[in-house]
Amino acid sequence: MAKPMITGRVIVAGEASGEALVTHDALSFWGGYDFHTGEIIDKHHPLAGVRAGGRILAVPFSKGSSTTTAVLLEAVRAGTAPAAILTTGADAFFALASIVADVMYGKSFPVIALDADDFSSLQTGEQLQIDRSGAIHRR
Amino acid sequence: MLHLTDRDRAMLDGAHGPAPQLAMSILVRMADVYGAGELMDISQAHIDSTIYLGDATLEFAERLASLGARVAVPTSLNVSGVDECGWKDWAVKPEWAAKAARQMLAYEQMGAVPTWTCAPYQTHMRPVFGQQIAWGESNAISFANSVIGARTERYPDLLDICCAITGRVPAVGLHLTKNRGGQLLLRLVGVPLALQQDDQFFAVLGHLVGKLSDENIPVIDGIVVSPAEDQLKAFAAAAASSGRVALFHMVGVTPEAPTLEAAFWPRASDGGQPRQSSQGLQASDGGFCGTIIEITVADLRASRRELTTADGRELDMVILGSPHFSLAEFSLLAPLVAGHHTHTRVKFLITSSRLMKERAHETGVLDPIVAFGAQITLDTCILASPMLPPEIKTLMTNSAKYAYYAPSLLNTRVTFGSLADCVRSAIEGRVVRDESPWQSP
Repeated sequence: MAKPMITGRVIVAGEASGEALVTHDALSFWGGYDFHTGEIIDKHHPLAGVRAGGRILAVPFSKGSSTTTAVLLEAVRAGTAPAAILTTGADAFFALASIVADVMYGKSFPVIALDADDFSSLQTGEQLQIDRSGAIHRR
Repeated sequence: MLHLTDRDRAMLDGAHGPAPQLAMSILVRMADVYGAGELMDISQAHIDSTIYLGDATLEFAERLASLGARVAVPTSLNVSGVDECGWKDWAVKPEWAAKAARQMLAYEQMGAVPTWTCAPYQTHMRPVFGQQIAWGESNAISFANSVIGARTERYPDLLDICCAITGRVPAVGLHLTKNRGGQLLLRLVGVPLALQQDDQFFAVLGHLVGKLSDENIPVIDGIVVSPAEDQLKAFAAAAASSGRVALFHMVGVTPEAPTLEAAFWPRASDGGQPRQSSQGLQASDGGFCGTIIEITVADLRASRRELTTADGRELDMVILGSPHFSLAEFSLLAPLVAGHHTHTRVKFLITSSRLMKERAHETGVLDPIVAFGAQITLDTCILASPMLPPEIKTLMTNSAKYAYYAPSLLNTRVTFGSLADCVRSAIEGRVVRDESPWQSP
């Protein structure tokens, strides 16, 4: 049975709650995420066609384009970004998007790095609540 | 715990003005993310933040410019969102063109050199071996680290310009000798010379290596040819699209890998420790203990197949030049097209930089290409500028990067082929590929 709460390493602190969307495949947001709709569009990715906006996106790390950060910043401005991003390592691209969104728009999203086992235990569709300490409560 | 010098702190406190203060505040927060103990100097930067996406990228650029930001080190600029002189020939909307041009202006005002290219390593801004730089643009990062041996982390848009304005970067990752050793051995097994000599080989291999490498620094062993610079460019771009490869070593080819041992243990003499691979089987190979993956002809064929999503002969456009077409590539293309003309149904577009087009013109290789019916877009590319009219549905390219991104970003189908295949297809008005190098013996 899944642990009722897991604690990750805070990369960018923040609060969020929502439905988990989990993938084990890395993602480039440029060429991979439509910030007009919040949908994953990378046709090479298993989540192609799935909406990630407003959900807690668990993706191990970023790949591909340097412009991933800029796409995420646009998504925050447009209100189509994921509510939070959970990773397996300290991903600089996701962190920077959140930090610059804070600087530019006063709107950041939590970025939390998880142990591989905790990351693996996440299931798409489960309800998560994240607090500023990096604790992730499962509802 | 991050230690800042007096100068870093003065910048952070605003003593150098509001733009360095803003840039340093972002840099310091990122140094925490990277787990850096200190910042270090760079002597060059390449800015990928130039790509206009929408209001946020423009507002960020104009915020910095309005604060009087100036780059502190020689800085080149990546592609923008518009071909300033040629956009009216395409489907670019005037509002997009105007905003993308404003974003270009903002970065020019900061004192950067308007190179407008994703291949800055083929300009006078090319760094040298060992040089500490802060580069954005995934293909350029991979090329600079691997092929030149310069040192950059995998910088994202928006951070590259903060590094350029402050002249500082977190002292972590690929800037440091100890972190540049290989972590994963990819060994070509039974891949014949003839296939390695094929025009598509390095792009196809790069696409595969990107997918196999995860977060690791790959070492590619078994290359028996001497690749041209543009073949390594194609490899780097492919591996940085299908994966996140910011540094690779190719044994006997790239400067930090004269031997297999050097690729993995190059830094032992100055205190570096080989890093453990994050996953996979552990094996032993002549002193190397880590993950080994064998790459066969079958793997390469499968990789090549993945780069084609079109399933027929239809063809609307041949697109070349991701990364931007070089003088050497113009020179290879010219004799292939001389005396021919594109089919009336097919557009033939090359994306390149102002500098390379000028050089191609000066050396005389541009004339036959223009006479063939090719069009040339500068400063940007089909992925960064919404320029293709909706009737363009099926592309053909020799670029693994175009092949990787076009189906998702542009909703087009794509066929991957050699340069000669692309030319022949454009002449015949339908996809024609020479499959012989890729067929079973």
